Amino acid sequence: MNLTTLLLTLVALSAAIFYTSRRRSLSKAKALGGQHHLNSLPLYYGMMACLWCALPAISVLVIWSIFDGVIIERIIVQSLPNSSELTSSELGLLINSIQNYAANPGSLTEVSDPAIIQAAERLVDLNRVNAMARALLVLIFGVIFGAIAWTRVSPELRARQFVEKVFQSLLLLSSFVAVLVTVGIVFSVLFESLRFFSVIPVTDFVFGTHWSPQTAIHDGQVGGSGSFGAVPLFAGTLLISAIAMLVAVPTGLMSAIYLSEYADRRVRAIVKPMLEVLAGIPTVVYGFFAALTVAPTIRSFLEGVGFENVSSESALAAGGVMGIMIIPFVSSLSDDVINAVPNSLRDGSYGLGATKSETIKKVVIPAALPGIVGGILLAVSRAIGETMIVVMAAGLAANLTANPLESVTTVTVQIVTLLVGDQEFDSPKTLAAFALGLVLFLVTLTLNFIALHVVKKYREQYE
Amino acid sequence: MNSNKPSTIDLVNRNLQKRYRAEKRFQIFGIASIGFGLLCLLVLFTDIVSKGAGAFTSHYIQLTVNLDPDDLDITDITDESQLALADYQGVVRKALRDKFPDVKKRGDRRKLYGLVSNSAGFRLQEILKNDPEKLGEQLTLWVLADDDIDTYAKSKNDAEPFTGRLNDKQIGWVNTLLDSGEMQSRFNRVLFTSGDSREPEMAGIRGALLGSLYTLLVTLVLSFPIGVAAAVYLEEYAPKNKFTDFIEVNINNLAAVPSIIYGLLGLAIFINFFGMPRSIPLVGGLVLTLMTLPTIIISSRAAIKSVPPSIRQAALGLGASKMQVILHHVLPLAMPGMLTGAIIGMAQALGETAPLLMIGMVAFIVDIPQSIMDPATVLPVQIYLWSDSPERAFTERTSGAIIVLLAFLILMNTIAVLLRRRLERRW
Repeated sequence: MNLTTLLLTLVALSAAIFYTSRRRSLSKAKALGGQHHLNSLPLYYGMMACLWCALPAISVLVIWSIFDGVIIERIIVQSLPNSSELTSSELGLLINSIQNYAANPGSLTEVSDPAIIQAAERLVDLNRVNAMARALLVLIFGVIFGAIAWTRVSPELRARQFVEKVFQSLLLLSSFVAVLVTVGIVFSVLFESLRFFSVIPVTDFVFGTHWSPQTAIHDGQVGGSGSFGAVPLFAGTLLISAIAMLVAVPTGLMSAIYLSEYADRRVRAIVKPMLEVLAGIPTVVYGFFAALTVAPTIRSFLEGVGFENVSSESALAAGGVMGIMIIPFVSSLSDDVINAVPNSLRDGSYGLGATKSETIKKVVIPAALPGIVGGILLAVSRAIGETMIVVMAAGLAANLTANPLESVTTVTVQIVTLLVGDQEFDSPKTLAAFALGLVLFLVTLTLNFIALHVVKKYREQYE
Repeated sequence: MNSNKPSTIDLVNRNLQKRYRAEKRFQIFGIASIGFGLLCLLVLFTDIVSKGAGAFTSHYIQLTVNLDPDDLDITDITDESQLALADYQGVVRKALRDKFPDVKKRGDRRKLYGLVSNSAGFRLQEILKNDPEKLGEQLTLWVLADDDIDTYAKSKNDAEPFTGRLNDKQIGWVNTLLDSGEMQSRFNRVLFTSGDSREPEMAGIRGALLGSLYTLLVTLVLSFPIGVAAAVYLEEYAPKNKFTDFIEVNINNLAAVPSIIYGLLGLAIFINFFGMPRSIPLVGGLVLTLMTLPTIIISSRAAIKSVPPSIRQAALGLGASKMQVILHHVLPLAMPGMLTGAIIGMAQALGETAPLLMIGMVAFIVDIPQSIMDPATVLPVQIYLWSDSPERAFTERTSGAIIVLLAFLILMNTIAVLLRRRLERRW
């Protein structure tokens, strides 16, 4: 029985148990003289029995599905004649070809090894047995627990309280998903990074100035010393982010000031959503725009002015376009903050004879500064983590330079290039991507944490 | 009184002009900033539209093809292998030779054959497969032009027409065909009916669109219930304690984690730990669920918060239990806000690329996915893949795909705005 049929059967079973339990509660109530003798509405009796049927069955199914693949694979491997002599990658290939052969035996004509064919047949067999055993167990669980619930239906049973308790636990579980995701991120990134750092020393990674992950694999050595120095990546990321902030902060801030302090409501109602469209455009579109329009324009313009050796993948193009993307981010955050400054401060300043711009510069902005800084920090963390624009418009060469006309690479670009495509999961090259991910996660987490804290503190100040 | 010392009002007046000028300058900076932002938007859109408008049309060449069994090398029409291996290219080439009988030299002939896309042969195969009766008949049909030819024909009237690898003879033939009406520009159906291809004229976004659809379905089905449930817990049930604060801080931080980190998470957990296959919409949807969850939780919480406490108190006063209050009153009233949040989250997920690259949705996939378990790519990733291709026709198609993507995003956001306006209540 395949998964879809099993799930559908389970749904049908739960529905049947819901219906019969509801009926049972009604008939018991009738014997006593009416529905008001029931502790809960009939609906809750049905739901209670339904939950009793479905929840244990689903838990069994989930646990079974987590472990069955691994167990079947182990049985297959043990049945192979020379499995202990193979390395893990050879074993992976072998298992792959067995699985392929089992999936469609006719298609691979080259498979001649009888061991593989035998193993594949065994795999098909095991899979069938596995699916049957799984369906049987799940349905038995459903029926038994459903039947127990059905027999327990009685007018005194506090069915509503039970249903509400389950409901509340499910809600709690859902909100716990957020925590699980964080834990998942930390563990997945940290675990792989630790494996990476067991091969490459942390100091080489953090302070090394030479980045060329390719060479480490070609030489057959485990990570040539110095090839995983991430300083050029950090420098490139900072350069591009700095360019982006140079574009985004002044424009975003001035837009926010104008919109909240000068513009009348009608203009604001039109312009603000239009600026926010910039934030809704997918980053891949910005990447395309940067690579095919902005970069060639900048290049031909600068070469026309007399600069030489302007890279076609210059940091300027990627950073500039990223800045455009971040403008609405800065402006809407600053807008909120500026609007939160109490009017009494402005009125006080006007009363002393200051002009509007003087009031803004000397009173409003200083008062809003913590919030604005918080917003800018969030924007920086965004720029650092931005991927598609730099993947498409920035280069791959890890140059250690501060010249915005040269090509630099960033942490996110390297993560993508290291992980896209098929490669072994255990090589230091792949693990390096996780180490970079760890750095990225820690940096953005710190920035966000500080920023959110600052913004929160600031809000409290004027509330 | 000392008349030499200037009074305060004089000091003020002396500086007044300067201060007013500063005021003007400041305002101009503000307007300039907004102008810059809007200009960028305008340039971006016009650039994309001007590059991509051509992708929605394509040039077709009229050919009179003779489906002669001898030329095709088919003796038995019911034999499928003969049908598959028949010499369709030869028939197409013959039709081209008939159209230009003057072309005799071998090199020229090869150039002539290059006018028509390879898809012409597949088209003939399809025709014969559907209707074996056609064997031996003469057909007049419109076949796709080669991508270079198409690009030339589109840019013919520009200041600098694209010529690429075309030689003067080919350009001459194209002009003859265009003048005689045997080559025409038509709506590019291929773009919406076929999957990816190495040949630009045969490449379409159907596979990517369906991939996006499946991925978004998985995302919606998972993230909306979980997000709403989490929001209900945090707003209605959660006690004020350290643990609740911890969950809240977590959610706020997750909302700002770079999307590529979610890709790493998906790669490490779903693919390497759970052994799920690469490139499938199911895994893509799971990753995007984790990514959009914070957005949906935050907007759902705001929606629940906006339901006035008096509603809850009234329901409780009539004897409803806490769960009944929530299910019967709070959630229906908060639903518009939650749906708006969900649509915005889905729009975010639709435009997302980086995490999907990590889990292998970046492969070259010709087949159109049929379910959430088939290898697929999504629209933004298709854009990324095409933007790497050097052919000019692919640049055009990339922009075309971007226009389609933006159209979907605009549609979703408009629905969100309308929904909010339509259903929002002021209490």
